Amino acid sequence: MDFTHLSIIRPPETSSTWLLKDHLGALGVRFSAGRKRYRVKTGLYRLGRPGKDSEVFVTANYKLSFDLLRKNLEGLDAWILVLETHGINVWCAAGKGTFGSSELIRQVQEVRLDEQVSHRRLIVPQLGAPGVSARQVKEATGFTVKFGPVRAGDIKAYLSAGYRKDQRARTVSFTLRDRFILTAVELANSLGYLFFAVVFMLLLSGIHSEGYSIELMWKEGMQAGLYLLAAYISGAFLAPLLLPWLPFRHFGGKGMLAGIGIFGLMALITDPAIPQLALVGWFLISGALSSYLTMNFTGASTYTSLSGVKKEMGIFVPLQLVFTFSGLVLILISKLL
Amino acid sequence: MCLEVCPHMVFRMAGKRAEIVDRDRCMECGACELNCETGALKVMRGVGCASALIYGYLRRSEATCECGSDAACC
Repeated sequence: MDFTHLSIIRPPETSSTWLLKDHLGALGVRFSAGRKRYRVKTGLYRLGRPGKDSEVFVTANYKLSFDLLRKNLEGLDAWILVLETHGINVWCAAGKGTFGSSELIRQVQEVRLDEQVSHRRLIVPQLGAPGVSARQVKEATGFTVKFGPVRAGDIKAYLSAGYRKDQRARTVSFTLRDRFILTAVELANSLGYLFFAVVFMLLLSGIHSEGYSIELMWKEGMQAGLYLLAAYISGAFLAPLLLPWLPFRHFGGKGMLAGIGIFGLMALITDPAIPQLALVGWFLISGALSSYLTMNFTGASTYTSLSGVKKEMGIFVPLQLVFTFSGLVLILISKLL
Repeated sequence: MCLEVCPHMVFRMAGKRAEIVDRDRCMECGACELNCETGALKVMRGVGCASALIYGYLRRSEATCECGSDAACC
């Protein structure tokens, strides 16, 4: 017996309520935990008791996208159509093309949406537009795509206003709160670099003019670890948070400044007993590491472009490499003198 | 339509035509090009992500969010 037909005859129900597991899941994925498998099944869902006149809202099969949508539809009777985006959110998937015209068309046809509703409207998140051509969908299914607001929270207002969005509802921002939430995943993803750098500098620390000393390795290695930790926090947390207030247009520049600034502050406060050469070396390394980490934040931002990032990398990656190399050389020299 | 789909207010209406207000605001997502009724726009699409570019470079391919598997970086 073909069970797929059952879900077409009677689409599964969902609700607007978040259970504990939904809250925990949402929190977890912000730290990248369990993000790769955080999905829901594709297809049509019923929210409340939707009928032939109820609206159809389209979303991705990333569970957080689905959960945020249904939560914001509280009190409404609606259909939710979930597209196969392999667990990726609407905007990223639209950019890749998976949240796209062909997938939307495929789902509309597969769930036989034309039999479930008598109208011919699909409300698609505005950020699905990079992947969805309203014209193509109309031609293939007869359904008109209406691009709803950027944020699910504005859906109700959008509906009340007769499918109209004001300037704010159609614009993407990148507020302090947004940036703060995103630093969690940035910190998590950058741990690998920190670990590698710490181990490397630890091993390097044992070198001195007469050979190698384990005692020295630990003594100076700990200090090195501290400096690297500071650069890591500058680049993956502080610079992203302070983004609009830091000079330089490019993230790499902001990161470099933050890294150098924080190290300078540390040096001023703790007055470390390290030779001048090593001090300069650490300034360079802090700047380089922090610059690299903040540069990676471009992927989490909502406004960087490919051409902008290419330009940025053309300037800052060479700088990062040169700074790192020179910094290491200076530290090494200071140890051998 | 471009005004409807652009997330950064790059366009505005000047009479019956849409015009670009600020190119620097554009993040090259391509939503406008895809939804322009008259095909008046051309966008060099791509992801504004340094990690994607690095992955692309290491794999000798274009900038991509694909880390190789079904899962993703973003």
